[in-house]
Amino acid sequence: MRDTSIKKVMVIGSGPIIIGQAAEFDYAGTQACRSLREEGVEVVLVNSNPATIMTDKDIADKVYVEPLTIPTLTKIIETEKPDSILPTLGGQTGLNLAMELEEKGVLAANNVRLIGICARAIKMAEDRQEFKDTMERIGEPCIDSKVVETVEDALEFSEEIGYPVIVRPAYTLGGTGGGIADDPEQLHDIASNGIRLSRVGQVLIEKCIAGWKEIEYEVMRDSKGNCITVCNMENLDPVGVHTGDSIVVAPSQTLTDKDYQMLRSSALNIISALGIEGGCNVQFALHPDSFRYAVIEVNPRVSRSSALASKATGYPIARVAAKIALGLGLDEIPNAVTGKTFASFEPALDYCVVKFPKWPFDKFVTAKRTLGTQMKATGEVMAISRSFEAALQKAIHSLEENRDGMVVPALIQKSRDELLELLHHIDNERIYAVAAALYTGIGIDEIFEITKIDRWFLNRINNIVMMEKHLSSGICDKDTIKKAKMLGFSDAVIAKNIGITPEAVKNMRKMWGIIPSFSIVDTCAAEFEAKTPYYYSDYGVENEVHTETRKHKILVLGSGPIRIGQGIEFDYCSVHSVWALKKLGCEAIIVNNNPETVSTDFDVSDKLYFEPLTSEYVTNIVELEKPDGAIVQFGGQTAIKLTKTLNDLGVAILGTDADHVDAAEDRERFDQILELCGIARPKGQTVFTTDEALAAAQSLGYPVLVRPSYVLGGQGMQIAVSDDDIREFMDIITRTIPDLSQHPVLVDKYLMGQEVEVDAICDGEDILIPGIMEHVDRAGIHSGDSISVYPAVTLSQRVQDTIVDYTRRLASALQVIGMMNIQFIVLHETVYIIEVNPRSSRTVPYISKVTGIPAIALATRAMLGERLADMGFGTGLYRNSGYYAIKLPVFSFEKIMGADTSLGPEMKSTGEVLGIAKNYNEALLKAFEGNGVKLPKDGKIIVTVCDKDKPEMCEILKPFADSAFRIYATPGTREALLRAGIDAQPVNKISGESPNIMDMLHEGGVSLIINTPTHGRLENRDGFKLRRISVEAGTTCLTSLDAAKALLESTQIVPSGHISVTDIATI
Amino acid sequence: MGAYLVLEDGSVFEGFEGGAFAETVCEVVFNTSMTGYVEILTDPSYAGQGIVMTYPMIGNYGIEAEDFESGKLQPKAFIVHELCSQPSNFRCEGTLDSLLKEHGIPCLYGADTRAIVKKLRNSGTMRGVITADISNMARIVSLIKEYQHHGLVESVSIGTKRVLGAGNTGPKIALIDCGAKQNIAASLVRRGCEVTEYPCGVTAEEIIASKPDGLMLSNGPGDPEACTGTIREIKKLYDYDMPTFAICLGHQLMALAVGGSTQRMKFGHRGANHPVKFINRDKTYLSSQNHGYMVSPEGLPANAEVNCINVNDSTVEGIVYHGKKIFTVQFHPEANSGPHDTAFLFDDFIKMIKEGVVNA
Repeated sequence: MRDTSIKKVMVIGSGPIIIGQAAEFDYAGTQACRSLREEGVEVVLVNSNPATIMTDKDIADKVYVEPLTIPTLTKIIETEKPDSILPTLGGQTGLNLAMELEEKGVLAANNVRLIGICARAIKMAEDRQEFKDTMERIGEPCIDSKVVETVEDALEFSEEIGYPVIVRPAYTLGGTGGGIADDPEQLHDIASNGIRLSRVGQVLIEKCIAGWKEIEYEVMRDSKGNCITVCNMENLDPVGVHTGDSIVVAPSQTLTDKDYQMLRSSALNIISALGIEGGCNVQFALHPDSFRYAVIEVNPRVSRSSALASKATGYPIARVAAKIALGLGLDEIPNAVTGKTFASFEPALDYCVVKFPKWPFDKFVTAKRTLGTQMKATGEVMAISRSFEAALQKAIHSLEENRDGMVVPALIQKSRDELLELLHHIDNERIYAVAAALYTGIGIDEIFEITKIDRWFLNRINNIVMMEKHLSSGICDKDTIKKAKMLGFSDAVIAKNIGITPEAVKNMRKMWGIIPSFSIVDTCAAEFEAKTPYYYSDYGVENEVHTETRKHKILVLGSGPIRIGQGIEFDYCSVHSVWALKKLGCEAIIVNNNPETVSTDFDVSDKLYFEPLTSEYVTNIVELEKPDGAIVQFGGQTAIKLTKTLNDLGVAILGTDADHVDAAEDRERFDQILELCGIARPKGQTVFTTDEALAAAQSLGYPVLVRPSYVLGGQGMQIAVSDDDIREFMDIITRTIPDLSQHPVLVDKYLMGQEVEVDAICDGEDILIPGIMEHVDRAGIHSGDSISVYPAVTLSQRVQDTIVDYTRRLASALQVIGMMNIQFIVLHETVYIIEVNPRSSRTVPYISKVTGIPAIALATRAMLGERLADMGFGTGLYRNSGYYAIKLPVFSFEKIMGADTSLGPEMKSTGEVLGIAKNYNEALLKAFEGNGVKLPKDGKIIVTVCDKDKPEMCEILKPFADSAFRIYATPGTREALLRAGIDAQPVNKISGESPNIMDMLHEGGVSLIINTPTHGRLENRDGFKLRRISVEAGTTCLTSLDAAKALLESTQIVPSGHISVTDIATI
Repeated sequence: MGAYLVLEDGSVFEGFEGGAFAETVCEVVFNTSMTGYVEILTDPSYAGQGIVMTYPMIGNYGIEAEDFESGKLQPKAFIVHELCSQPSNFRCEGTLDSLLKEHGIPCLYGADTRAIVKKLRNSGTMRGVITADISNMARIVSLIKEYQHHGLVESVSIGTKRVLGAGNTGPKIALIDCGAKQNIAASLVRRGCEVTEYPCGVTAEEIIASKPDGLMLSNGPGDPEACTGTIREIKKLYDYDMPTFAICLGHQLMALAVGGSTQRMKFGHRGANHPVKFINRDKTYLSSQNHGYMVSPEGLPANAEVNCINVNDSTVEGIVYHGKKIFTVQFHPEANSGPHDTAFLFDDFIKMIKEGVVNA
């Protein structure tokens, strides 16, 4: 029964995207908010992440993009007076905040209650000891473990249970700070780090059961105590690898009904004992040779796994969880997929789902690629097929890692011993090493002994490998090709092995009638008729898609897995475009493969194809659907890359045409256009070899910017100050992009100016610029990693006018229709162009929210032929909203051991937070607070900067010479500071004698480190170590002087205790 | 070798020969369970039927003899998308294909099972034939038309009575075996009962003479109305006020015994995910189900209260007979395969026998 006393609910979001807490919470939050509003509830949303869909004013009634801190939440509670808070949608962040609000008495004082879960249940599930006690009470086995608060206790207990042991810190997300220790020395390091990172200073020391099967159940429970499991999942990687870093299959494959039901019953027992009203994830370790099992952990909330389970089954967990929180029973909530059944039934799958993680190791070349208990993936893909083999291969295609299949040529060249060695390394490449081992004849039992990957999976991978071998013998009869397609082989891999072209394979297939069909994901294995247009492709089965429609049919290509440089922002754009198309009466068809996103929710588009975003798969869809047009502007590089495919198929690309997209990206053509427009750019050259790069750099004069063309997120982009740098960078580039003739390298003069960015909506004639954004960091730091300020604060009116004028000229010259993003450099009042991207950018969600302009909807309308002049927002630069909105990048360095944290032209941030206020400094302070940076007015600051930055550092610190800050500096920097009259205490460099920076960090109490890097990616430099250690010590380390200046100023100017909060729905 | 499933409406589905392949006529039904094919294949309720499994990869964990629900494989045919030849599980004793061969059960694999299910869902359960030869469709159609199954219950019931859990000190239960899954008796034995299992032809008098504390009616195959003899005996036991718990076919037979009626369902309930609402307890449990007939809610005697319904389609899932110590359920509290959520009904049964309380 709906509890009608619940009228106004506050929903806490999960904050910025970081590793371990990504788009899945936007998906869950968005779905839940819509579900709550369906029931007539007024929703107050709080989330510091402006790139999310949940923070749109269409999703919630009141939207606060504010720091997720107790003071801010308290203020919002006092302002909005909600009767309830739903804390289970914002990941670990949401739960932790709810606990703190409860503990601090904020809830009681404001007469607010928690719904979906009570504080007692959160404590029972999250507190290691309470959880263990609860499990013991209900007879559910846990692993030998003990909660400790000191390293000494950790060592003592580990002696008792024996090494190896796993260290799990309490109250952290994605296993931050955890790890496996093989001996006391390793334990010392991991445990001390874990204790520090835990919110309550506790870690769990646990007997290591690496090698057991890892099985998860997604469970739902309502207030009447009715329970169901939505689905179970089996990790291909045994216990030891974080589930977020594991290849996961749903449903389980190697469990008998006895195994399955034993764990299912246990999961239901657990959710009942915890009294959760909503969704819950239970992770089990199952002994591979017996019925022994142990509960690993429970997440009493929606999670990455619940998002995956929702997409894998069609069962909308967050939607149902929200309704349960309002008091509805599982048997009262209709199943929106079938329209016939209710939420109290368990989905039956008639296909297999494979989830594959997407790791950022291409961005962090120095990082350790080892996988363990700490999650490292930034995103994931999901693929569906009736066979595991095809689902696995489709997942690999979806990763966009230039890898078509399981067999990697470089690996199968390796010797037996080398391969056996590789199998021992649990890292992102292990699955390919397994395939190579099978390919070269290493036996399944031998591989199993090393990896403990269940033989079922090994046999299946072997099926793929054997087929590839079979194909490579040149056989290409109808049966072989059909079997290969049913195993998920791409035309390209078949072609490569047979020695013909992919087109020839395709033609052969068509001749033989081997074409894919599309099946429906319907929650019920076809038992009931499904109303949901959610499809996946397979071979050799009946096609279930109806393609007739009287509507204008538009294909929207999504952006694939979340990765650094292509994040949740692009999903925001895809979803808004789909919504705009539907509003305009079109049939919107989306193609995407990311299970964490809103775009792959079954009721967002008119049709959802859950497929890899590659030429072959998109072609299949186009040939079936024959869309009237396609939109590629909103799916990042993933979608742009498919333009040629669509063009070749004769599909009209809506908006800017492919030729003009190319003109913006092709160096020579773009230079001609700039010349025509009379716009200056930093001088530069296109080069194909290291020698050419050296010649270009010398003629332009150092410093120069070096970057490969056609990249995203500034991948491989560096500032070179010497010939040595050029050689180093070219070496790295040629390692990632083997064929430079296709993708040449750009060498540009590097200008030390003010970087400015605009997004513009263009209709072919007019433009509308929602706002000009200025970067706090100087040029040279990737725009995605820069602090961005709206509106421009340092630019003269003349410069702003020039920027608007240049935007107009470029829009017209490039015949842009839809979105465009331009980056400028302003140096001595002169405006230069850095680059133009005739597509949507990562700043679009943020600028849309802070200006109130629905940029994507307008751009979509423009693409369909409407004029900006008729849309009601005017043209040119839109009026100032009256607010300062500052976007701050958020990094996940603590998750990636060994990654260099210094900022440069290559993007490294995983997410962003927004600070919004009427006043610049307050906005800035809020942004820092949202990012978790705490700098007390009397904080300890360590300064160590490179020689060229010393004068500027002195200038920045001068105003604070008499402040309460306690400044420490390394010898060189200190000398400069003292000379400038700034008092600084001495501290030695990391490599120096004690007491050095390392000792200070170990002592604690350091609030901020300001360190500017020399350069390069060499990890043996002192600065690199310092930055890593500060990350691991949880101390903020700023590597940009501009950011440091902004932070120092903001803390001094804003009066303490003053908080304003803004409902952005009113902008 | 290529092989086919031909349904009585003439539709043909292609696949390959598996198991002990032979041309076989059967009633074609589908099951949506994702695990439990061993238990399903050995469930006597499937006698006379060909089972289509909706989960596409079947045989992944091989076969485990201790999971058998009866002494042999029961259906006439097995139809799957993929028959896994490389199983893996610590208890695995062999491949599913070898088991099918050993028990003489033909299999059609490589079939588009989803397409078959959609056909059955839309047209209702049909008879069909699996065959390697479709050159003469008229021959096949007449084969299907001629097919009728008789005496299904008799064919799966035990020959002579036997005692399970001998020496147990709990209630003595008489179980009429109409094709019982072994876990019905096992569930009672585990709870301390001594169970005497009788063939379906047993008389009420014989049972009464043995002075049991309670009566258990089992699941079983086919049309309940065909079991006229057993229905007659059950009526006598009903009149005798024997405390009774009945499952599936037993539940239908009890309804028929007291004057109710049963009807054939369009395509039945076969799976491990059926939600059953216990109306008086306001609770919903997931259940395992396997039935093609159901008790009609109309025509039941006044003391019969429908206390459980299926949440999906509101069909009758359980009846409590007021004034008697009798409750019956359509679903399978003994699970195997499927969720164990309603195993408490066996406890309720024992409690009813011991304390005389009927927990509706």
